[in-house]
Amino acid sequence: MALWDIFVYILTGVGITVAVTLVALPMGLVLGVLFSLVRIYGGKVFSCLAGVYSTVMRGLPPIVLLFILYFIIAGSINLSPFWAGSLSLGIISSAYQMEIFRGAVLSVGGGQEMAARALGMSRIQTIQNIILPQALRLAIPPWSNEAATVVKDSSLVYAIGVAEVLRRAQFVGARTFKPLMAFTIAAMIYFGLVFLVSHALAILERKTRIPAF
Amino acid sequence: MTNTILRIQNVSKIYGDTEVLKDISLEVNEGDTVVLIGPSGTGKSTLLRCINLLSSSDSGQIWLDDQEITAAGVNHDHVRQHIGMVFQDFLLFNHLTALDNVMVGPVKVLGMSKEEAHKKAMWELERVGLVDRAGHYPGQLSGGQKQRVAIARALAMDPRIMLFDEPTSALDPELIGEVLEVMEKLSREGMTMVVVTHEMGFAREVADRIVFMEKGVVVEEGPPEDLFYRPKFERTREFLWKITELYGKHDQDGEQDAASVED
Repeated sequence: MALWDIFVYILTGVGITVAVTLVALPMGLVLGVLFSLVRIYGGKVFSCLAGVYSTVMRGLPPIVLLFILYFIIAGSINLSPFWAGSLSLGIISSAYQMEIFRGAVLSVGGGQEMAARALGMSRIQTIQNIILPQALRLAIPPWSNEAATVVKDSSLVYAIGVAEVLRRAQFVGARTFKPLMAFTIAAMIYFGLVFLVSHALAILERKTRIPAF
Repeated sequence: MTNTILRIQNVSKIYGDTEVLKDISLEVNEGDTVVLIGPSGTGKSTLLRCINLLSSSDSGQIWLDDQEITAAGVNHDHVRQHIGMVFQDFLLFNHLTALDNVMVGPVKVLGMSKEEAHKKAMWELERVGLVDRAGHYPGQLSGGQKQRVAIARALAMDPRIMLFDEPTSALDPELIGEVLEVMEKLSREGMTMVVVTHEMGFAREVADRIVFMEKGVVVEEGPPEDLFYRPKFERTREFLWKITELYGKHDQDGEQDAASVED
């Protein structure tokens, strides 16, 4: 098998790697923002529940949650390996993203909130119009870390047999006795993806920057 | 008959085991400018926060026009729409231009259309002399300009009363004048105002009434002439001397007695 064929074989897995990321990252984003708001504004009980969620999910190795979801839960609700993997990565990521957004919301500061409330805005209006637009901007740099992590962690779904980049690299490496080449190609693909994501987020950060702030 | 806009009756506020406000009663008539003075930590800011319900008072009642706003079941957001607040540290919304800072209240809270709110906001910016800065972000404005935008932001809600919490305390000395000028203009235009400040020149020239507070109680209140020249309490005289010496020395030229023994 020529180098080109190996490369193409592995590259075919990019679709799945990207798909897993595109499920896990936005899912973590939506849940993360939601849970961070619950953690901060949710009152004693809900805030505490969100705190427990964050601690537990950040305390689990992603692969363990993935196995739990796939081998134990997926059996009863008929979840494909792809979805079991993507969802568990999304759950783990939501816990990290929750902390990213919590930090961002807190660093916007109570003063902004007070000024908005003094104007007569409700709490929801304040969060929507004043807190989040600033917090989301502040969250971009740490979020770009998390995005890179999720792109790379998507390789974990190989453990339950999803044919993404790493799985294909391992397979073709073993079959052609060229593991170094295969894994090098895989590494370059992951690096390329992370580079693209980081670069895109850097552009987003620059475009949304508040002048002189 | 003058119309009472704000009536505070026997308001107390306790933090932990310190009584920050003790049985405060105060009335503000329509068009009046009332200046609250007193040493720091005496509850002046807390009183302002109780008035617009950012803090809850532990006892007593507050009326805005004829509505008891401290009563149970009152919608706080609704009350705050009618009370303008200006903070010591400006607190402009950092992600919005000066224009959007002024527009956001009318649009989001009052449900005004964008075109109408734009017109209103430009008019308010005109009032504070900052039309040419409408497109600037807070980070591109000086402290004095920020505070004037903050005043315009509060005015855009057409409040019944404006509260100022040490509006010039965070400003460089040379920027204080422009903010005081705007406030003086508002006062002359008949805006009802409660102002916490250490600017004695402003207090003396603009206030209809000065309220001297210390340790959570109102020590003395009256027209500026009375407090400055015929205070009933030694403590009032002492405070006014000290504060005048610290802040508005230039305002006191020619009418100082013992305080001006300087070579």
